[in-house]
Amino acid sequence: MNIESIRKDFPILERKVHDKPLVYFDNAATTQKPKQVIDSVNDFYSNYNANVHRGLHALSEEASEAYEKAHEKVGNFINSEWDEIVFTKNTTESLNILAYSLGLDLKKDDEVLITKMEHHANFVPWQYLGKKLGFKVKYVDITKDGELDMQSFDSLLTNKTKIVSVIHVSNTLGTINPVKELIEKAHDKNALAIVDGAQSIPHMEIDVKDLNCDFFAFSGHKMLAPTGTGGLFGKKEAFEEMNPFLFGGEMISSVSVEKTEWNMLPWKFEAGTPHVAGGIGIGAAVDYLNKIGMDKILKHEHKLVEYALNALKDVKGIQLYGPKTDKRAGVISFNIADIHPHDVASVLDTHGIAVRAGAHCTHPLLHALGVEHTVRASFYIYNTEKEIDVLIDALNDAVKIFGV
Amino acid sequence: MEAKELYNETILKAYKNPLNKGKIDPADLEFGGGNRSCGDSVTYTLKLKNNKVEDIKFEGHGCSLSLASASLLTEIVKGKTIEEILNLKAQDIYDIIGETAKARSKCALLGIIVLQTGLARHQKNPKETKIENVKI
Ligand SMILES: Cc1ncc(COP(=O)(O)O)c(C=O)c1O
Repeated sequence: MNIESIRKDFPILERKVHDKPLVYFDNAATTQKPKQVIDSVNDFYSNYNANVHRGLHALSEEASEAYEKAHEKVGNFINSEWDEIVFTKNTTESLNILAYSLGLDLKKDDEVLITKMEHHANFVPWQYLGKKLGFKVKYVDITKDGELDMQSFDSLLTNKTKIVSVIHVSNTLGTINPVKELIEKAHDKNALAIVDGAQSIPHMEIDVKDLNCDFFAFSGHKMLAPTGTGGLFGKKEAFEEMNPFLFGGEMISSVSVEKTEWNMLPWKFEAGTPHVAGGIGIGAAVDYLNKIGMDKILKHEHKLVEYALNALKDVKGIQLYGPKTDKRAGVISFNIADIHPHDVASVLDTHGIAVRAGAHCTHPLLHALGVEHTVRASFYIYNTEKEIDVLIDALNDAVKIFGV
Repeated sequence: MEAKELYNETILKAYKNPLNKGKIDPADLEFGGGNRSCGDSVTYTLKLKNNKVEDIKFEGHGCSLSLASASLLTEIVKGKTIEEILNLKAQDIYDIIGETAKARSKCALLGIIVLQTGLARHQKNPKETKIENVKI
């Protein structure tokens, strides 16, 4: 994996921020885009922009073919069929589709099991619908180190559990959860298993057949694709049983006053004109990731995290959160003494470094850890150890300014 | 921009040793509120005399910029009438804490927005002497 040549593919990495080279460590929020992805979108708009599935003209046929092909590429990427992939605008939409479609069928005594580690996108929809419809939502505890408490999981999973929905990799702590094991346990109770893969699919090989999850939600924009892109994998049987959430054009096969028939998969869940350019962009992103190899990406980030954790240890007043072991992806959350995370992020910004500071849409998780907010650095394929050195220098600057 | 420009002496001094920190009890007026997205919040308690601010204290929670400017504001408004305070502009804050703080306007202006919103509402309806959740 040649980082220098990878970096050349990302035009934005040439830019300066406050006269310093950009160090982009906010990849868990959204990643930068390589020119291959930007070009694919540009090519679509410049050469074959049209609506899909409708027109009997050359442009529409070309657009439809490319859009379908993108589903196939994503399907291959996670070892599913092309028609088990629904394009959405992001993980949030994917999870809301599930909560609404599946939640509507739940009865009063039914239970949904999620965890306190969830992003709000996998927390609030269930909580809201549970209150509205009367089903019960239970929340798995987490340990002090920021891992799922397996005893808590086992005790909360019951014969009433109909849906288990868990975060694969924590966007706040980087914790990699043993989802395969959780899915198996869910299936033992005949519950459906949903994985929030927003932070796993960009960084590691995903095989939905091996995981055996019923659904897998993800964001394209966190894996090099354009903003406004995401997806939802569903096992064919699960998707066929599930009712659509959005209704309208494209998602029907026939409509009459008496009756409407849903369209075939995956279009049943893609109502209205989709983000065609974005879909084509995800296809290009997947091509790009495949060319590098997901195993290499995982190794690269692992090396960065190891390097960073080691260097961060020596920053005065540092408090690191999350697992200390190998169970961590390329995400590091920390605080420095009692300096407010926004102040830390602001100092880093003056050094050209982009990080996120706040609660990272995980209030219940931080609450469980007894923390209000953190600074988060998250890595991707184009980041280097040299950039981590820049981060450490900048943190030492913050220590000096605030007199830790 | 260098970090030292944004976090200049004025801000760091006011952050580390804030003036007028605390709570006046009983107070004539009390206005609190904050920025929900970042969680920063500030509460002002005031004593009035002859329609002027005789004393003011603040309590807050947040980053150095919002707390420093919330504190510095207390010194600006002491002795001023409500009208005079309502006429203060964002620039009056930047004149003190530095132009670089414009990059973080939500923090820099937290205090003044809470105070002016509270005073404006009180002026419209004098019965409103305590407002707890001004949103900015
Ligand atoms: C674990 C996790 N789930 C869900 C989301 C929501 O993703 P999006 O904002 O793309 O909908 C994110 C990203 O912020 C995330 O990290």
